[in-house]
Amino acid sequence: MSDVHESRTPVTLSGLPEDDPHLQPAANDPRQVERVIAVTFALGLLLVAGFGACYWIAAPPWTLGATMGGGLTLLGVGLVAWGKYLMPAGPFVEERHSHASSPEARDALAAAIVQRGGSVVKRRKLLGGLLTGGLGIFGIVAIFPLLRSLGPLPKGTLFHTDWRKGTYAVDSTGRRVQVGDLAVGSIVTVYPEGLENSDRGQAVDQTVLVRISNENFTTQKGRETWGPMGYLAYSKVCTHLGCPVGLYEQELQLLVCPCHQSMFNVTNGAIPQFGPAPRPLPQLPLYVDASGYIRAQADYNQPVGPGFWERG
Amino acid sequence: MSITVPNTKRAKQAAKGPYGHLGTVLNELDDRLGVAEGGRSFMDKIFPDHWSFMLGEIALYSFVVIMVTGVFLTLYYIPSQALVTYHGSYLPLDGMRVTEAFASTVNLSFAVRAGLLMRQMHHWSCDIFIGSMVVHMARVFFTGAFRKPRELNWSIGLTLLTLAIVNGFLGYSLPDDLVSGTGIRIAYSIVLSIPLVGTYLGFFAFGGNFPGTSVIPRFFIMHVLIVPGIMLGLVGAHMFLLYRQKHTQFPGEGRTEKNVVGSPMFPVFMAKTTGFLLLVTGVTALLGAFAQINPIWQFGPYEASRISYAVQPDWYMAFLDGMLRIFPAWSFHSFGYTIPFEVTIPAVIFPGLLFGVAYAWPTLERLFTKDNEMHNLLDRPSNRPKRTAAGAAVLAMLSTLFLASSTDVIANFFHISLTTVLWSMRVLVLVSPFVAYPITYKICKEMQGIKGGGKRKTPNVVTRTEEGEYLASSAPVYVDDLPSELEPTEVPRYITSPPKEPDVAEPGARIVER
Ligand code: FES
Repeated sequence: MSDVHESRTPVTLSGLPEDDPHLQPAANDPRQVERVIAVTFALGLLLVAGFGACYWIAAPPWTLGATMGGGLTLLGVGLVAWGKYLMPAGPFVEERHSHASSPEARDALAAAIVQRGGSVVKRRKLLGGLLTGGLGIFGIVAIFPLLRSLGPLPKGTLFHTDWRKGTYAVDSTGRRVQVGDLAVGSIVTVYPEGLENSDRGQAVDQTVLVRISNENFTTQKGRETWGPMGYLAYSKVCTHLGCPVGLYEQELQLLVCPCHQSMFNVTNGAIPQFGPAPRPLPQLPLYVDASGYIRAQADYNQPVGPGFWERG
Repeated sequence: MSITVPNTKRAKQAAKGPYGHLGTVLNELDDRLGVAEGGRSFMDKIFPDHWSFMLGEIALYSFVVIMVTGVFLTLYYIPSQALVTYHGSYLPLDGMRVTEAFASTVNLSFAVRAGLLMRQMHHWSCDIFIGSMVVHMARVFFTGAFRKPRELNWSIGLTLLTLAIVNGFLGYSLPDDLVSGTGIRIAYSIVLSIPLVGTYLGFFAFGGNFPGTSVIPRFFIMHVLIVPGIMLGLVGAHMFLLYRQKHTQFPGEGRTEKNVVGSPMFPVFMAKTTGFLLLVTGVTALLGAFAQINPIWQFGPYEASRISYAVQPDWYMAFLDGMLRIFPAWSFHSFGYTIPFEVTIPAVIFPGLLFGVAYAWPTLERLFTKDNEMHNLLDRPSNRPKRTAAGAAVLAMLSTLFLASSTDVIANFFHISLTTVLWSMRVLVLVSPFVAYPITYKICKEMQGIKGGGKRKTPNVVTRTEEGEYLASSAPVYVDDLPSELEPTEVPRYITSPPKEPDVAEPGARIVER
């Protein structure tokens, strides 16, 4: 049926006699198509009405979508078919007029700008300069405070966490972790005491506590005292893009970030072994106090999380 | 003297003129606004028919669906990060401490009649919107519809695509669920990675270090007002330019650079396009009814130290995620500063380059081809092998990056090691454009060589030589049934190879040169 459209020479729409073939429907048998469309519309109408009914009686959500979607789809299909098969088949042609103006008109515009504008600006250079200066300064003055008041300056915030000398490590319920709590091979997420429910505690201070043996464990030179009784603590913020490094592969002793699969080896100071993370997870120096609680020796010795310009 | 007005019904009718009430209304309108002439030429405006011109319409109508369903959602959604205890109709979450944003999203899904449908339709129509924009853009690219005079509309379209992706991300983040929160965290880290100003930008945008207290309200106002406001304006400009410059068309019978052939605005195009509006809405509603999307109550609320497995962004962000996954860990530290290239290159520089080249493409092509003509007739992609091959190369690369965003899923599924998957992805991403380019180029060239390539049917004549060999050659062409594509159109200036001669010219067979 669409071949009718392809094979005929296009004509201009206006002034066609009523019996022109271009004005006849594209369908070979319009009556039959009309009947099909009528059935489609009728079904669509019923479904759309059904949508109202379903809404009224608070039927399950899927019935709402089914009736509304089905109804509109049928009405749409019918309407497209109506346009395609029962309306004038065409094809019709319309001239394209170039919107380009004549060279004279272009020159006239340019002349108006240059002559009028030029003479005004040239003769009043001082005024023009002052006005531009005023607006320019306003622009700068308006934008900077606007930006500035959106948030605080970074200052040193990114360089520190809330771990301090002697801070107790607590789990998400706020319970202090004791040396007997973890079996070898298990992990728990800990926070500085008092911050386990705060945004900052969760986003910045979150730390993985993993127990890998029963003896003091040294991950790197200079960290001889950091892993008392086999407890190691690493920042849980991935050094790639900051996802929580939440998976522990016990056999391989790897911490795995689920976002882009960076893997950190807990035995050697969380040096990345796979994936896009560029740096080891910072290690938190721990000690076990007299009553057996796990506590921090100090803050992390470097910024936690992803890289940024000032990080150095 | 008084004028007697006959008071019969017929006289009243006659006084109204032959068009009755409609005529009266139009007269009144025209007195004030002068709509008659413009209105008439609007009715007569011709729209070319080709299935591929429908892609833009799908995008437009899914935008309409997005806006309508979105307005519905704003009536129930609360953009606040304040913590509340959830007590609602979704029992598994009962008693949990969640943000108001999360609680209100769960509530509007379960407690508001038709709320779940509206939410799912909103999400689905966004996916359809961006998908149809991408395909529409590919159509415009491969057929050369972006050429003079339509370069500006190409840029507007690209800006719309960019904004749609940004707004998709913003909207996805609003429920403050576990998956989207992880997405925000990643976005924040990407901002941080920008040299020199990254930390400042991040702190200003989030009102402090992550997570800040203002992300949700700020994302909300961006998502429902600022970005859609700009988009609405741009959609208007896009349509206005389309209207003013008129639609492009494929070459064909009676079609030239100087005319438009197709169906008139009223009633044919109006019927079809309204039909599409209903269809798009209907299909979106069916998807919303039967295909669950983004069930945030299963993910749970966002907590910075929790994460779910197999984290993946919406499909239109996946190429970036893929790039982030496979890019090597090249951090740069020097002079006391860090440039996290492992993030900056894949997530800032790469998309910047990609979109930059796309914006510049019409200009670049004009510079290279030295073609400064107006073009209203579309190219067949095979007639522009270099452009087509370049487009195919980019698409190949983007699709491999899309695959790369699920390295872990692939590794699990095929039981191969992550390292193998990672390295094959790295190789594939680098190699795929260089494979796609020559193959596409070759295919285009072949298609040009085929007589009647790109046309419907061309009859062949089979001849038998004296030795009994059968040979096929193109049927003689009579002036009457000359393939219409070539006749009335200006011959493109840089078709690189002329159609091949038929292989066999039987002595005596009457072959008319095309
Ligand atoms: S955020 Fe951890 S690997 Fe990307």
